[in-house]
Amino acid sequence: MITITEKAARHVANFLAKRGRGIGLRFGVRTSGCSGMAYKLEFVDAANPEDHIFESHGVRVLVDPKSLPYIDGTELDFVREGLNEGFKFNNPNIKDQCGCGESFNVQ
Amino acid sequence: MALLQISEPGESTAPHQHRLAVGIDLGTTNSLVATVRSGMAVVLSDELGRPLLPSIVSYGRESGGGGEFIEVGYEAQAKQSIDPKNTIVSVKRFMGRGLRDIAHIETMPYDFVAPDGGVKAGAAEGMVKLRTAAGVKSPVEISAEILKVLHRRAEAALGGSLSGAVITVPAYFDDAQRNATKDAARLAGLNVLRLLNEPTAAAIAYGLDNGAEGLYAVYDLGGGTFDISILKLSRGIFEVLATGGDSALGGDDFDQRVFCWIIEKAGLAPLSASDARMLLTRAREAKEYLTLHGEAPITVRLGSGEYVDVKLSTAVFSEITRTLVQKTLSATKRALRDAGLAAADVKGVVMVGGSTRMPQIQHAVGELFGQEPLNNLDPDKVVALGAAIQANLLAGNRAPGEDWLLLDVIPLSLGLETMGGLTEKVIPRNSTIPIARAQEFTTFKDGQTAMMIHVVQGERELVADCRSLARLELRGIPPMAAGAARIRVSFQVDADGLLSVSAREQTSGIEARVEVKPSYGLGDDEIAGMLKDGYTHAADDAYRRALREAQVEAQRLLEATRSALAEDANLLSESERNHVDASVARLQGVLVGDDRHALDQAMAQLGQATAEFAARRMNQSVRRVLSGKKVSEIQI
Repeated sequence: MITITEKAARHVANFLAKRGRGIGLRFGVRTSGCSGMAYKLEFVDAANPEDHIFESHGVRVLVDPKSLPYIDGTELDFVREGLNEGFKFNNPNIKDQCGCGESFNVQ
Repeated sequence: MALLQISEPGESTAPHQHRLAVGIDLGTTNSLVATVRSGMAVVLSDELGRPLLPSIVSYGRESGGGGEFIEVGYEAQAKQSIDPKNTIVSVKRFMGRGLRDIAHIETMPYDFVAPDGGVKAGAAEGMVKLRTAAGVKSPVEISAEILKVLHRRAEAALGGSLSGAVITVPAYFDDAQRNATKDAARLAGLNVLRLLNEPTAAAIAYGLDNGAEGLYAVYDLGGGTFDISILKLSRGIFEVLATGGDSALGGDDFDQRVFCWIIEKAGLAPLSASDARMLLTRAREAKEYLTLHGEAPITVRLGSGEYVDVKLSTAVFSEITRTLVQKTLSATKRALRDAGLAAADVKGVVMVGGSTRMPQIQHAVGELFGQEPLNNLDPDKVVALGAAIQANLLAGNRAPGEDWLLLDVIPLSLGLETMGGLTEKVIPRNSTIPIARAQEFTTFKDGQTAMMIHVVQGERELVADCRSLARLELRGIPPMAAGAARIRVSFQVDADGLLSVSAREQTSGIEARVEVKPSYGLGDDEIAGMLKDGYTHAADDAYRRALREAQVEAQRLLEATRSALAEDANLLSESERNHVDASVARLQGVLVGDDRHALDQAMAQLGQATAEFAARRMNQSVRRVLSGKKVSEIQI
């Protein structure tokens, strides 16, 4: 189960509207990066048949089955830190992550 | 943890691989920085949410002999009236310019320092400098202060160090001005991915580069400058066909008109400086108010105790600023004419600059081109947004297979000086850049061991009418007969329009090269003037070229005759020798002058006079080669 905060949903909906196409957001992991896994966050133009689809606050989040175990239970949030802004993940599966948090290891 | 942005499908970059890149609009009045975030170009604001950074730098020294301090942007703007000498406004006008290039220099409050007399290596040679409370500063250093602030803002907003930046420059900026801009960026610690023409950036922001091929106009009315550019898009490449404008026309002039109208309407006596400033601010506010309203109330109590209460209607505002709008339209028509186009040929019109928000401008431009101009992006931000999109592509944040690169063209032909002061064009104007071209040249005199290569820019046939860019000397050419040496001269223009020239003697491999960093800039007027001269003097130039070519040929002939006489004078009888000498003297006599006919005749006469001599020399050298040899030993 993946959830998305209302604030994050608003931003995703906004990005999709400005982009002019797309059915939702793909959230997943890839094996790369300095600590093993890396998050992947992309617009989705077409769903794959095997995708898990989670919907909250009117935004669809698509996750491929291989990624789900690593991120199950994650909540997506959109935050502003000083001048910087972007998406942040509260992933309960993380054991450790690299300094910047762009890549991580699971338990 | 780092904050993530959304990527296009399949374009996620590996961790730490997403390269942070920004576009910077380094403007005359205001500067901006933008980036692409989650697929969208956005302008990055400061801590107070202000997107614009006034392009103003103020230098000061703490009282009591303290250290220097530098303020940039709004803080510096506040210093403008208190300390005008140390507060540099519109430094862009000084970039890459010498004292002579700057218009109205006598009205400026700055303490200008003439450039050093000696020619030194480096981009700043010949560029004007300003003496400030913090020492003598070059326009490059002053611009770098603005860029540093934007650099810091971008890194704070993006949470990492930048991999590169695209910086915009006016389409009419020449090599000196572009170089100065690049140097300022380097000084600010920015890696310049490339410089991009402002109108091209605006067109990219509107996605025109992905759209239909055709002609586009970019109408840019800023605070103090007006620029019109005609672009041609073909195969994803923008070519600047023509530029024009007025470097002293902008939104400020509209404020001034309103200001004068208020004084007249309210019957005000001459104002104190502070009242004038206050009234000018009210005038600007009224102008901005009229963008969305039909009537602007102007009420102000002056320091003199007088009370002003007038209403400015849209109709009156249009009337009092009609001549200003007309000026921009005339410049636009002129640019169209220069490009050989009619308004109807233009496929789309892009509006740039805050002043294009004025409804009467939208209307007038729409009427001229017979179509609604593109104006749905913020006209203050559109150049920075386009630069950000280009920066994102150049930094490598794109899908594989989408590997295109936007190109520009060079505004004036590049070439070199050949014998007789003639221009040999190596790269013709309007060639797309980056480009590299090479041409082979040879020596003029027997045993010549050095060659001076003079790099020039312009459309005219004679070097004297073109602009000198650089000279380089190739030394150590092995002594050979005239015409035997093969010297390959390569011209290379990189993606920023910067030129490097190298020369290589092919047999010995000796090489010389020069990076062109010209000391003086050319304005758009001058470029336009040089182009026009090239057309109007075409016939004249052709005659002069033919004349110079004949003169060079005559010199070569004289040179050859002289060396032949020095070697084999014994082959001639005294009367023959006298005849040759007389012909040489006659040719010598008409060499300087502009009678091509006489030159041709004298050359023909010398040719005849030496024909027999040449034949005898030929026979003699054949005899020398053959004497004492068997037929079988001779290789043909």
